[in-house]
Amino acid sequence: MSTVIASDNPPAGKARRFRPDRDVVEWQGAYRRYDLAKEVFVSFLVVLVLVVVCAIVFSSPDERPVTVRSWSNAAPVDFAQTAMTELDGTSGVATYGPPYTNTAGAGQVLGPISIERAVGVRIPINTAQDFVLRPLATLPDRPALDAALGEYQGASPAQRASWDAAYEKVVAGATFSNGQLVVKNGPYGPVGVLISNLESMARSGALDGALLASPQLYATNYTNPLLFIADGTYLADQAGLRHLQGDQWGMMNETGNFPGQAWLWLYTLWYQIPPMNTSSNGDVEVWAIMMVLTLLLALLPFIPGLRSIPRWLGVYRLIWRYHYRSLSPDILSQMPPGPQSHRR
Amino acid sequence: MSTSSVEEFVVVAEKATWTGKIREKAVTEFPPDRLLPDRQPAYVASWAYVFGALSIGAFIVVMLSGAVLAVEGPAWWHKSNVGLFVNSLHLWSTELFFMFMVVHLWIKFFMAAWRGRRKATWITGVIAFAVSIGAAFTGYLSQQNFDSEWIGTQAKDGINATGAGAFWNVLNFGQMLMWHIVLLPLLVAIVIGIHVLLVRRRGVVPPFAPTEAQLAKAGLTLTTTITAAASPPLLQELAEPLPTGQPAPAEPATTPTQEPTAQAPTLREPPPGLSREPLWKSPEDKS
Repeated sequence: MSTVIASDNPPAGKARRFRPDRDVVEWQGAYRRYDLAKEVFVSFLVVLVLVVVCAIVFSSPDERPVTVRSWSNAAPVDFAQTAMTELDGTSGVATYGPPYTNTAGAGQVLGPISIERAVGVRIPINTAQDFVLRPLATLPDRPALDAALGEYQGASPAQRASWDAAYEKVVAGATFSNGQLVVKNGPYGPVGVLISNLESMARSGALDGALLASPQLYATNYTNPLLFIADGTYLADQAGLRHLQGDQWGMMNETGNFPGQAWLWLYTLWYQIPPMNTSSNGDVEVWAIMMVLTLLLALLPFIPGLRSIPRWLGVYRLIWRYHYRSLSPDILSQMPPGPQSHRR
Repeated sequence: MSTSSVEEFVVVAEKATWTGKIREKAVTEFPPDRLLPDRQPAYVASWAYVFGALSIGAFIVVMLSGAVLAVEGPAWWHKSNVGLFVNSLHLWSTELFFMFMVVHLWIKFFMAAWRGRRKATWITGVIAFAVSIGAAFTGYLSQQNFDSEWIGTQAKDGINATGAGAFWNVLNFGQMLMWHIVLLPLLVAIVIGIHVLLVRRRGVVPPFAPTEAQLAKAGLTLTTTITAAASPPLLQELAEPLPTGQPAPAEPATTPTQEPTAQAPTLREPPPGLSREPLWKSPEDKS
């Protein structure tokens, strides 16, 4: 009978203590017939049947996305208010920081470290130019709009700030009727013309295409329209109605009664509990936790204590119950705790 | 050229060429009966073992359904009932893939399946799980519907916070689609392939053995000589297979109360470097 203990970096011929959570006594007993190819093929067939049944019975979710057009038609005031924050540089994206904007103090930090800031702005976005002024400039045959654009872009920064502030006040109480945005009069210069034209452009659907960053006909990058839409409250409201908000475990859910990304439960869990659920650095804190946990899981075999948990739990006795039934009672009585029913 | 000259040439060629060295290494590490085994140790007798194969089965369905979706393009399933059905196959095979993989992971944890130089097998399994999460995530981002829109605009903050968002833009549909249908599936397939090869190389982890202290209480001692040539697959070749699929009535190597000579299975001669000492000895056993 051979004695072979498989170990990491075994020193040849050198005796040392057997470590039950790292070493094994390699098998020299009997073997049973097994068919690897058959097992994989049967598994494939079983999965295929289950998948076909689930696909027929449950199908899959496919709700249409919110577009700038659908948003501005469903919530025109929210659109106008959001557009104004993009123009005056107070929106979420305009003040986001890296990788979109150079905003002093923006960017999440973990202790003294901010990888976000260290990497810097790699997807530069100027919300006034990219979301408002440049798309408006693509509209043809609108002399009043062209004049307003010229006046706004030719004005001093202080003048523009004054107009923006004045319009911010009136748009907060705006209404929408007969296809027009209705705001009170005020000293907002050409800004009213800009926003009302952007509103009509959005409602026609023209703004969706104009927001795409690609100058080519074929576009695949939807960063700008998605960021613009996400700055409004309409998308978040729609997500809330579907129980997809962050505090509703939104990252792992999907529309309808589908399981979604259930495997993200632990990642989503951290967003529900303090301090991450209220922290301004919550995202980087959750990611740091998940990175550490993933590393711990991968390196579990190297970590004393953690690698002994399976032996302490004794679930293995259930898995190898037939094997242990064949062992001597003398040995079984000395084995780690486990389901007694599996002892002979 | 004489026969001996031909043999000499073959030997020299094996050692002198990259191809020869790779072939020699591959055949040594993965002989056909280890790569595609038709027998397993008797302790491999539980439903717990099927979840690895089920994960692979689900992964195959994921890849096949994804390939069909790729044939018609990303917009097809939004406007075609057949496309929606194929997308549903893709979704549910993904759900099952993760379910089986998670169960497989837990079972391997309960087995402490990293024991006996199987750490790399465990680590590649964890990596496969992590990369699969990325593959599934980019799939959700590539759906072009409300789910992908909401998930993308929410997830950007987490990705950006790590600094990765500057290079890996979850709002860039084209970038996410390419990662989803090319790079990540390839990576998942490679990692799963390495994982499976490691399983075949090291074999299925044996059950926990009693510790020295536990054996001592039973009046037995454990031989602790570590042998450099302790390769599990090599040992598989030493043992004769059972003629039928019946579980072993009593494993000589794990039955310390009986005399080794009386229990000796029909073993071949061990290769150089392998000891042939009893596994467990009682104090009176001096052989």
